[in-house]
Amino acid sequence: MEKQFKIEVDCANCASKIEAAISKINGIDEAHINFIMGKMNVKFDEGADEKKLLKQMQKVARKIEPDCEIYL
Amino acid sequence: MTKKQKNKLIRIVVGFILTVMIYLLPIPEKWEWAALLVPYFVLGCDILKKALSGIVRGQVFDENFLMGIATVGAYLIGEYVEAVAVLLFYQLGELFESYAVGKSRRNISELMNIRPDYANVMTDGEIQKLDPNEVEVGTEIIVFPGERVPIDGIITEGETQLEVSALTGESLPAEASVGTAVFSGSVNISGKIKLKTTKVFGESTVSKILDLIQNAAMKKSKSENFITRFARVYTPAVCISALLLFLLPPLVSIAMGNAPMWSEWLFRSLTFLVISCPCALVISVPLSFFGGIGAAGKKGILIKGSNYLEKLSDTKTVVFDKTGTLTKGTFEVTGSEEVNCSEKELLYIAAALESGSKHPIAKSVVAYAKDKLQVNTAENIKEIPGQGISGTVDGKTALAGNTKLMKTVGIELEETEKASTVVHVAFDGEYKGCIYISDVIKKTIPEALKILNRRKIKTVMLTGDRNAVAQKIANELSVSEFYSELLPNDKVEHLEKLLEGKGEKGTVVFVGDGINDAPVLARSDIGVAMGALGADAAIESADIVLMDDDLLKLCKGMEISKKTLKIVRQNIAFSLAVKFLCLILGALGIANMWISIFADVGVMVIAVLNAMRTMK
Repeated sequence: MEKQFKIEVDCANCASKIEAAISKINGIDEAHINFIMGKMNVKFDEGADEKKLLKQMQKVARKIEPDCEIYL
Repeated sequence: MTKKQKNKLIRIVVGFILTVMIYLLPIPEKWEWAALLVPYFVLGCDILKKALSGIVRGQVFDENFLMGIATVGAYLIGEYVEAVAVLLFYQLGELFESYAVGKSRRNISELMNIRPDYANVMTDGEIQKLDPNEVEVGTEIIVFPGERVPIDGIITEGETQLEVSALTGESLPAEASVGTAVFSGSVNISGKIKLKTTKVFGESTVSKILDLIQNAAMKKSKSENFITRFARVYTPAVCISALLLFLLPPLVSIAMGNAPMWSEWLFRSLTFLVISCPCALVISVPLSFFGGIGAAGKKGILIKGSNYLEKLSDTKTVVFDKTGTLTKGTFEVTGSEEVNCSEKELLYIAAALESGSKHPIAKSVVAYAKDKLQVNTAENIKEIPGQGISGTVDGKTALAGNTKLMKTVGIELEETEKASTVVHVAFDGEYKGCIYISDVIKKTIPEALKILNRRKIKTVMLTGDRNAVAQKIANELSVSEFYSELLPNDKVEHLEKLLEGKGEKGTVVFVGDGINDAPVLARSDIGVAMGALGADAAIESADIVLMDDDLLKLCKGMEISKKTLKIVRQNIAFSLAVKFLCLILGALGIANMWISIFADVGVMVIAVLNAMRTMK
């Protein structure tokens, strides 16, 4: 299941760090951030709890950049 | 500018003015440090705050954290002005970066300024402007002259001319009337039309194209991956070098019995920290690709990933499907040979017979004849399977077909393998001549092939057609190699051979119509589908989509790709060179902190401006 999110992130390097960190979350197969468009495509594993994962993504991202915002 | 950006700009200006004022005002030197704390905090409060939370979060290589250490350190050893200047330039750089990104984002949407805002829907006898997202399939919508078609549909009323330049890059308007399928994004030029929508907005051509372009940047190029990997190593490496630079020389000095000069080496090592952020590179590379993809999109070339744009510049072989790609895939009369009669007579007889048949060859003869004379349909028309047609024209027996058919009335003809399909004509027992029918090469193909040949790109044609036909086309277009009489599986095999033979480097591009050649498209390094406007399957299966039928666009795409790659390489080389130069000069004590940050931000600005050139 692939979904697109909007992501507010200020620096390109942080975006690529966030991308790497989110890809490592359990239940997420792949994540790609398009820094310029402020978009992120996330491929979830089969049957993953997306709401829970979104919260986790948010947490991981905030750890790298505190005012990072992810939403649908 | 966004609110965030304005805020930052105000802080930069205030910080700058305060610093200058402190210089101009007669402040005693021993209180200078205290006065400069004001602009320091004006400029750096957010960085310090983020740096503190970075420590809590365990993010030691966070650039705010590094910038924080560098400036606090500078302050502690008495370099107040340096600290303030570093913050000033750093903030300026950040502001510019976010402005540039915002600008390119807007440029792309403007470049592809094809997303319509509303759809005119008739409700209760009144026209209402609705959000296209809310319009269901099968709704009647009205498009006035000058408006953009919001959703794909079929014309049910009215006729007009449509311009599809936003989709194909071609500005020639096309006629459209009842029954014509219309694509969203085209502009209605002359008349009011009513459409019945065939898709929802999200599935319509415009939305698809925009999505493709916007998502293309997610398929990363090799250069981007290189930069990402580099960035991951660069920051820690610079930080460790900074630490070593701070510790080693003084310790060595102590061991040798000299003064350690701690503060001098601390200052030099802090210089390292301010250029430890690889942002110039990390932003300029994807920005270049983004711009290149946007520029291509504007010309009707949809590139579905930065990786494809990158590989396209290294094209060594282009493989073509013949029918539907190099040639139109329709039959046309290309010539005739008459025996004891005029061309008109020959055509008159042939067309009279063929007008009774629905075979594509027959249709082409009739279409050709209709341009030249009045076509009457023959009587007693009989189709003879595998041979041709017989009938009565002006009271006499007439035949049109192959040599076998001619033999039945005693006309012996030599069987030769020709590149065209030949229709022989007999009238009243006498041979009258023949008409040549063949597939026609598309208009811009010869020029495109010439360009490819000039660029020393190997061209290969694969076709299921007869050898003689393939030979003729290959000669006409001077294709380097061709393989004929292939089954679909053979095409994949041939392509695999080419892929094996090319070695490590060089890209093999396959060009097809994207409909029957999906396996070959998928197998090649880059699959290109031509004439894909309205053919969703082709848009799905290809890596690069040419919206119209113009192969010259592929050549154009290669140029854009080359230009983009050149800019990317310039940026990488330039940024790395300046960074290393700063590191060396910093270590030697020649460049101080604020010169380094100035150079670093300057490089970023130049790299970003250079990257934005790709959009043109």
